[in-house]
Formats: sequence, C-alpha cells, structure tokens
Amino acid sequence: MKVLYFAWLRTKTGKASEEVSPPAEITTVGELMEWLAASRPGFAEAMAVPGVIRAAVNQDYAEPGHPLRPGDEVAFFPPVTGG
Amino acid sequence: MVRVQEAPFDPGAELAALTRGRTDVGAVASFTGLVRDVAGDQAISAMTLEHYPGMTEKQLAEIEAEANRRWPLQASLIVHRYGRMLPGEPIVLVATASEHRAAALEACAFLIDWLKTKAPFWKIEESPAGSRWVESRTSDDEAAARW
Repeated sequence: MKVLYFAWLRTKTGKASEEVSPPAEITTVGELMEWLAASRPGFAEAMAVPGVIRAAVNQDYAEPGHPLRPGDEVAFFPPVTGG
Repeated sequence: MVRVQEAPFDPGAELAALTRGRTDVGAVASFTGLVRDVAGDQAISAMTLEHYPGMTEKQLAEIEAEANRRWPLQASLIVHRYGRMLPGEPIVLVATASEHRAAALEACAFLIDWLKTKAPFWKIEESPAGSRWVESRTSDDEAAARW
C-alpha cells in the first residue's frame, strides 16, 4: 500500500511517500492512521491535534471509516489552502 | 477545461480564448487570484504552492462538472498554478460563460469557493521572518458551505 504525505505533514514525517504493509486487521483509514502513528512520532504529533489531518483514498477524500484494499493509494495532509 | 501548471499565465488572453469564434455567449464572469506582498502585518516576498498531482486534476474536474450540472454554462475554465511565484503574479483563474449574467456570476463564485476548500493545494509564504505554511480559514469553509 502506498502512503503519501503533503505540506507540513510531509516535513513532520520526514518523507513524501512510503510503501507500507500493515497487518490484516488494519481495514480502515482510521485504523491505518493509528498504526502509522504508533511507529512514526511525527505523524503521531500531527494526529494529536484532533480533526486536522485529512485523508484521501485513490485521490478522493475519505473519512476514517473508509475501507482499505491492497494496492490503494492513501494520502494524508493538513487542510488545503489553494486558490 | 482544467489546467494545472507551473508556468505563469495571462488572464486576459485566457478569457479572450474562452469565447473566441463564438457569438452565442452573452456573459463571461471570472475570478483571478494574485500573490499579495503582505499578509496581516508581514511583508511577503514569495509564495510556493505544493499540490497532489493527480488528485488536484481529479478534484478540479469534479468541481467543474458540478458547476455545469447546476448552471447552464456554455464554457468554463479553471487554471491553477503550483511552484514558486512572486507578488503580483496570478495563482488561479476561474471563468464561466453563459447566455445571461446570473448563471455566469453564480457559477464563478461557486467554482472558486469550492476550489478553495477541496482542491489539494498548500501555500508556503516567504517573509523576512522565514517561511511558514499558510493556515486554512474557517471563512473559506463558510463560503463553500453556502452552495
């Protein structure tokens, strides 16, 4: 599964993307966030501020309950500031 | 049409191209967003926009399709830049063409309001105090929610 990080979440995690292989019991976006935070202090730090991290699965916005499938592209980022 | 690009663009030329050769358009509305040299009491020397290639185009296309579902548009255009840009340079252009003004004006406002809350772009401002990520504004969420 490919995970992407953008904006200050990228600088906090220290990487723009990574391949991850979470255990089978990780089946949703929210569970993946908890799993990533357990071994990535920068991600955990960002998650400590409730509601700040946004997620997308295969380039569409996704809520924490969104199901994950092998091969999904999952992205995490702060609120957008374009325009 | 949606374009995401690093290069500067000429809003006037884009608007002229939108209706070139057409005689059925009665109204064109547009919004151009520019880099300002000040934010609050801080001088801004440059701005850099990061984006999510692929998702950006997908979200902008969906926003444009939604505008075309809601209003009778004859043409629509979204141009958004990424990368580093200087004060005075254009960041974004949205434009709509319709037979009458109400549809063009409303669809134009809708496009920029939804773009600001849905398109995956993030700004960094450069100032004498250093670089910082721009924070999102609740007023932008409120503007998007009115549609």
